[in-house]
Amino acid sequence: MEWEFTLLLIGNGVLIGLMYSLIALGFVVVYKATDAINFAQGEFVMLAALFSAAVMVLMELPFWVAVIVAVLGMVSFSFGLERVVLRPLLGRPVVAVIMATIGLAAILRGLGPMIFGAETRSISLPVGDEPLRLGPFILQPVQITGALVALAFLGGFTWFFLRSRMGVAMRAVADNQQVAMAMGINVERYFALAWAMAGIVSALGGVVWGAMLGVDVHVSLVGLKVFPVVILGGLDSIVGAVVGGLIVGIVENLAAGYLDPLVGGGSKDFAPYVLMIIALMVRPYGIFGKRKIERV
Amino acid sequence: MLTLNNIEVVYDGVILVLRGVSVNVHEGAITTVLGANGAGKTTTLKAISGVLRSERGEVTKGSIDYAGRRIDGMRAHDVTRLGIAQVFEGRRVFEHLTTEENLVAGGHIHSDFARIREGIDLVYSYFPRLKERRSQQSGYLSGGEQQMLAIGRALMSRPKVMLLDEPSLGLAPMLVEEIFGIVSRLVKQEKLSVLLVEQNATMALKVADHGYVMENGRIVLEGDAAKLRDNSDIKEFYLGLNEGGVRKSYRDTKHYKRRKRWLS
Repeated sequence: MEWEFTLLLIGNGVLIGLMYSLIALGFVVVYKATDAINFAQGEFVMLAALFSAAVMVLMELPFWVAVIVAVLGMVSFSFGLERVVLRPLLGRPVVAVIMATIGLAAILRGLGPMIFGAETRSISLPVGDEPLRLGPFILQPVQITGALVALAFLGGFTWFFLRSRMGVAMRAVADNQQVAMAMGINVERYFALAWAMAGIVSALGGVVWGAMLGVDVHVSLVGLKVFPVVILGGLDSIVGAVVGGLIVGIVENLAAGYLDPLVGGGSKDFAPYVLMIIALMVRPYGIFGKRKIERV
Repeated sequence: MLTLNNIEVVYDGVILVLRGVSVNVHEGAITTVLGANGAGKTTTLKAISGVLRSERGEVTKGSIDYAGRRIDGMRAHDVTRLGIAQVFEGRRVFEHLTTEENLVAGGHIHSDFARIREGIDLVYSYFPRLKERRSQQSGYLSGGEQQMLAIGRALMSRPKVMLLDEPSLGLAPMLVEEIFGIVSRLVKQEKLSVLLVEQNATMALKVADHGYVMENGRIVLEGDAAKLRDNSDIKEFYLGLNEGGVRKSYRDTKHYKRRKRWLS
């Protein structure tokens, strides 16, 4: 009985963890290419969820329309953001970009409910809600969908960065912008591409996450999970995002299952942060992050 | 083929770095610009390649002409497409990419995979050592290998003109010989034109066909490399520069400028 409970917690942790990985992926891609830390990643996800809820609940259009609207909406939003807000900050201290994204996060949290209304709306994926029983595991179809989407994107992005010409160029931009420019790489275009990729990831994350929790401003809280994920895995590593996401998901669930009854709840939310602080002390560049190369 | 006409470069809108520099890069030959630290040699190269703008620098007077068009004010990635490649001072390889990924990034302007492959093979034929290191992270290559990679990476765009910034920096004399040997071969076999910026005047004048001497953002002397080698001022101030102290050489520099004006 006891081990079944543990397995159940771990199984759910893995599924949720993959969702965290997907959302962290948006963060990682932007950091990898542009060195910008996006504190509004959670709000991106919220915005996408609001888009899809508006389409499905207010306009009563089918699910796939909502997905298309969310993706197109987020891509144009992040393109616009890069163009209008972030490009002028190019070459300024990193803090400028960080502050800009923090400000953006606050604006989105305020504007979202103002435009779309503050009530919680539920959107549903066309996958049914009969839980799937597999041995000791009880799996929600929504979570399985989320995990599959996450895996597909993680695989796709890994391929993109390692094997495609554009992916290599994007890593070159991340390594040294000025030299990349002289190699004939249009640096600004790659910045825009990175933000667009973050937009797509957030769009899908938003639809799935919104379907799990219901859509309102609280969806953006998932952004708080992104930091332990990327610090554990490494800010610029896709594999790191997967591993970090899994660790955070599993740890969170184990804490909820075993610690919460002892301490009266709440440990789920801070356990990942405890791990993050330990990770910062032991391996500041994360499990798979880039080390600073020093030759002697 | 590539000409700088009396260009002036200003950083941050106020700092005048180049004051009327005219340089002519000869086709299929090595042209060198000599000068001490801070003379404006690297700025000259950056003005040509267009990366100046990313450092808040600007060509404010004069023009840079290449193959019949004006390229000052063009963006760096467009200049590369025209056939001008810059090899940066201090190698500046993409440290976290492997050797071969560096080359792929260098060939970015070609979208055709076969052409990139062809370029990689060409680079390996000139620098066989890079082939042995192809899947190694380039940040961990030796200094000489990194310099070879930097030159190879610039070759990947199949340039007609290569801007080479102090390839001898921090390398053992034997490696410097080897790298200059390869550059000379590239010029002959690939019909490359090179604009070489160097502090190592001895080496530069040995391989170059034509040379310029730059001081305080101006060209103070120019001529055939052979003639420059025999010039008594060059002998004293550039080929033996390290013998005097800083103060002495500064004074001598002034004296030398005066004499040059007097001579011409």
